[in-house]
Amino acid sequence: MTSTLTPSAEPRPAASPTPPAQPDTGRSEFRRKLSRFDVKYSPYFYVAPFFILFGLVGLFPLVYTFVVSLNDWNLLTGPGDWVGFENFATELASPLFWNSLFNTFSIFLLSAVPQLVAAVVIAAVLDQNLRAKTFWRLSVILPYIVTPVAVTLIFSNVFGEQYGLVNNILTTLGLDPVMWKTETFPSHVAIATMVNWRWTGYNALILLAAMQAVPRDVHESAALDGAGAVRRFFAITIPSIRPTLVFVIITATIGGLQIFTEPKLFNAASSVPGGPQRQYQTTVLYLWDLAFNRQEFGRASAVAWMLFVIIVAFGLLNFWFSRRIASSEARVSKRRTRRRLEGYRAVPGAVPGSGAALPEPTDPADRLDPDPTAAPYDEEPRA
Amino acid sequence: MTATTIGAPRRSRRGRGMGLERRPGLLAYLLILAIFLGGAYPLWWSFIIGSSDKSALSSTWPPLLPGGQFWTNVAEVIDTVPFWLALGNSIIVSTVISVSVITFSTLAGYAFAKLRFRGREGLLVFVIATLAVPTQLGIIPLFMLMKQFGWTGTLGAVIVPTLVTAFGVFFMRQYLVDVIPDELIEAARVDGASMISTFWHVGVPAARPAMAILGLFTFMTAWTDYLWPLLVVPQNPTLQVALSQLQSAKYVDYSVVLAGAVLATLPLLILFVIAGKQLISGIMQGAVKG
Repeated sequence: MTSTLTPSAEPRPAASPTPPAQPDTGRSEFRRKLSRFDVKYSPYFYVAPFFILFGLVGLFPLVYTFVVSLNDWNLLTGPGDWVGFENFATELASPLFWNSLFNTFSIFLLSAVPQLVAAVVIAAVLDQNLRAKTFWRLSVILPYIVTPVAVTLIFSNVFGEQYGLVNNILTTLGLDPVMWKTETFPSHVAIATMVNWRWTGYNALILLAAMQAVPRDVHESAALDGAGAVRRFFAITIPSIRPTLVFVIITATIGGLQIFTEPKLFNAASSVPGGPQRQYQTTVLYLWDLAFNRQEFGRASAVAWMLFVIIVAFGLLNFWFSRRIASSEARVSKRRTRRRLEGYRAVPGAVPGSGAALPEPTDPADRLDPDPTAAPYDEEPRA
Repeated sequence: MTATTIGAPRRSRRGRGMGLERRPGLLAYLLILAIFLGGAYPLWWSFIIGSSDKSALSSTWPPLLPGGQFWTNVAEVIDTVPFWLALGNSIIVSTVISVSVITFSTLAGYAFAKLRFRGREGLLVFVIATLAVPTQLGIIPLFMLMKQFGWTGTLGAVIVPTLVTAFGVFFMRQYLVDVIPDELIEAARVDGASMISTFWHVGVPAARPAMAILGLFTFMTAWTDYLWPLLVVPQNPTLQVALSQLQSAKYVDYSVVLAGAVLATLPLLILFVIAGKQLISGIMQGAVKG
């Protein structure tokens, strides 16, 4: 805390206006030193509060989780015996741990994949020249302001097995009601629906921002060359929003693998968090159950660390994968440009850019070649 | 989709250049209207059930209009859980966290964006790397610490772990790096202003729009947080914790639960009406910058 006060207190004397060019060398010498000190060290005072606080409440607990995971640590008895990696071994052999991982990934995939597809489509629609565009933008993020707890309370009723909205409609239509809270797969669908409902519009706006950063004249010239809306979408829009897509995927992964509120509150009647048979007990919920219901701090910390490693690995994998796609695409596009240029040289009188003189591409893959327009966007268009 | 595809080539042959400014077809409006209804209907339905008695839930086809029981149900919510205490707690927690995050993020973001110091690049890379670190997984030692300090049950335990965020620092840095010209800072320095007064008179005014957006999102994140408050202040709850306690009562009356859900959504709904545009631009800016 003291470090936050220091920067505002320390340079005060320099701030007071003084008559310039004082012949009093002793004082101005001191002032110069003070000013140099100010310039050199102030930045550290500005960034220090963040690093100190983040270190204390963000990084230290994470590192310390690892220490706890190496002990037989109980909430009641306090620090116990050093057991090495035994907690990790116990968890890796525990069917409940694997069950929680399966549930987490199942719910994550059911939420991330449809959500991304829907978000891209919604963004593309919002990117059209709609009337009342602010209204539509507001309307897609309306669910975002409903807190996860409220979302879960609402959807826990919507997916109620006896009188829920969905089952009422199914019964009215003459279909069998679905056991949303008892069966594994339906419960995953229900929980993924909550996540999708809240986040799709939010992600659509992020993607919309990226789409609007694509210069209009790129679209214009592609349209002049006869590219239809669908082709422009796949050849121009998608490649140029790729960095943002990666950003959205990484954020969705970090959030999705830590899902807690929705499965925790989905079925209030269940005394085991995550369903009576742990049908939708996610890993964070399992960790919670281990630590705070069963007081197994050591094992819960081992679970936390393994989940941490999984999340970081996924983030890196995403990053690496998108880099590879980008670079291999750049290679392909470079090769195509070279081939095409050779084509121009071979046909005397052909002027690059005039669409009429272009030899009709025969290879169907060449038809979708984004080249002349998309090439500049291999570099990230972001600031 | 198809409507626009068919229209495109004809358009480009006729009116060159004008093509893209045309209004989209009916299909686009129908699609976006469906999205809007899908987003709004669950809320509307909650309000209907929350304003009726229990019988509404068991009727086979959902009723379309609200009943007259909303305030009765709200009174029941306030009776069942410490609603006012929870509301006050949530306001205090979210406000303190927002002020803290804005202050420290602006300071650090300004330094990273506009000041030169040894180790700047390395430290910035560290900030970016920690963006992807799931700090939530450190709850076990954090809980043990809070217990040891005797902080459990106090709002301090809720506030302290989120006093700073790496996202905030990165967000402010990205905003300030373009928005303040270096000459402005140099001019202030030449005029004899100290570093902190340059920050105060040049940095802060320029940062104000981004500070507002960062504050809005930090407030919302703090307001919606559930896991950590549930752990440290179950008896002195924030609004989300109190709301979840509605459902864990032995005998669950769903109209009361949904009335509570609607009630808890109202403050953010008001915020949405007032600051909806800022919310949109915040999300969209975070995207381009982040």
